[in-house]
Amino acid sequence: MIPIADTQLVEATWVMIVKSLVIFAVIFGILPLMTVLERKLIGRFQHRYGPNRVGPFGILQPLADVGKLLSKEAFMPANAIPTLFVLGPLLPVLSGVLALAIIPWGDVQDGVGLYGIDVPIGILYFFAVGSIAFYGVLLGGWASGSKYSLLGAMRGAAQLISYEVAMGLALLGAIIMGGSLSLVDIVHAQGAMWFIVPQFVGFLIFMLAGFAETNRTPFDMPEADAELVQGFMTEYGGMRFGSFLLVEYMEILVVSGIAAAVFLGGWMGPGPSFLDPIWMLAKMLGLVLLFIWVRATLPRLRYDQLMSLGWKVLLPLATLNVLVTAVLVVVL
Amino acid sequence: MTEFPYLKDQDVVEVQRGPEPGGVGGAYRAFGETLRGLKTTMARLIEGPLTIQYPEEKTPVYPRFRGRHKLHKFEDTGLEKCVGCSLCAAACPADCIRVVAAENIPGDRVSAGERYAAVYEINLSRCIFCGYCEIACPFDAITMGHDYEMADYDRENLIFTKEMLLAEPIERTPLRAEGE
Repeated sequence: MIPIADTQLVEATWVMIVKSLVIFAVIFGILPLMTVLERKLIGRFQHRYGPNRVGPFGILQPLADVGKLLSKEAFMPANAIPTLFVLGPLLPVLSGVLALAIIPWGDVQDGVGLYGIDVPIGILYFFAVGSIAFYGVLLGGWASGSKYSLLGAMRGAAQLISYEVAMGLALLGAIIMGGSLSLVDIVHAQGAMWFIVPQFVGFLIFMLAGFAETNRTPFDMPEADAELVQGFMTEYGGMRFGSFLLVEYMEILVVSGIAAAVFLGGWMGPGPSFLDPIWMLAKMLGLVLLFIWVRATLPRLRYDQLMSLGWKVLLPLATLNVLVTAVLVVVL
Repeated sequence: MTEFPYLKDQDVVEVQRGPEPGGVGGAYRAFGETLRGLKTTMARLIEGPLTIQYPEEKTPVYPRFRGRHKLHKFEDTGLEKCVGCSLCAAACPADCIRVVAAENIPGDRVSAGERYAAVYEINLSRCIFCGYCEIACPFDAITMGHDYEMADYDRENLIFTKEMLLAEPIERTPLRAEGE
């Protein structure tokens, strides 16, 4: 039986508001930098410099990008379904921001938990909220009234069912070892050893599924800029398109955050306790670099290849991993 | 090759085939190949960019690069080498050189010869940089320089006069070092 995590931490309302604002500010400060970092790194991976003209080292490039996107017309095709078309880019933003709430940045310090909220069903919450993002893909693709968008959305749906199960099972091993669904408790359980060591298979499967969850290469079939001209985003323009892009990076941060908390010991690291959020951020950024590195390396899979990978390899491997973990936890 | 007698005397290349994709073995091999790919891209990252940041950083040219023309003077006397013979204009396939010759007045000589070029114009918007003028010139008065940045907003500005061709270029194009 999994004990219910302790969420009896009582905080003043203003503390909660300040926490939310700080998390918001930090994450939305990092997101634009991530886009530059990615473009610069991809450039370096290809013997190029990447953007380096706007501001020092091209740091201000996202400002220029957003400026451009804002000046564009918010175009909507004549045969689109207006409500759903507008809802398309909004749902993923909502889901991304909701998922940010449970990423643990540190332990309870001076009566303040350094996280948005410690949900007793933490990881289930992540799956529930994270899957909403795919409604954005599906609605956006369907409501656009365009063939390419619909194809992208269909691929998105096919992709969703093939990785989601394996992703859940990959985390199950860590949940069994941590004895709780709460991310804070799971981090606490890694005091002796980070879960990446005993749960290496789980980590690999989770990261693979994470690439699919965030629509990143090698699993970016819903977007597929080469064949589907950005898939479900084809008909979007201006800041609606921008918010789809923004969400992609936010999802990368969320998946990195969950992976860092569950497998890489969360906020744990040497140094005084006020460095905890820095450690968490550093681990997340390390995983973000992995995302970028993989994007620069691997070509896109066909979507039947992803489905066969998800169902025939990842799912059995994850199941085996859970079984072995469960047996070992009971025996030892 | 006994089963293909009609191929007996031909060069038959046996195609090496890798293991069939798919399955657990395929996934394992794909994982290994992925790691190899990651290593490859990381090596590219460490090598660093090869881009030449053009306006700030210029590609050095080879010594025989045919850029913008130069007219020359004798270094000791300061007289122009060009004697206005118009051989360059005759050789020019693009017909972009215009030479009007005039007699040298004793005491106020412009060139070393009997005559000099009163007008020497090259229309660089027509020039194809073939270097025939350089070859045709009997006095080495015109040579191809190393400058290649000649873009302008007006076509009129691309008609280079004698003074412009005699003057040193404002900005020097880097020359490629030996063995570079």
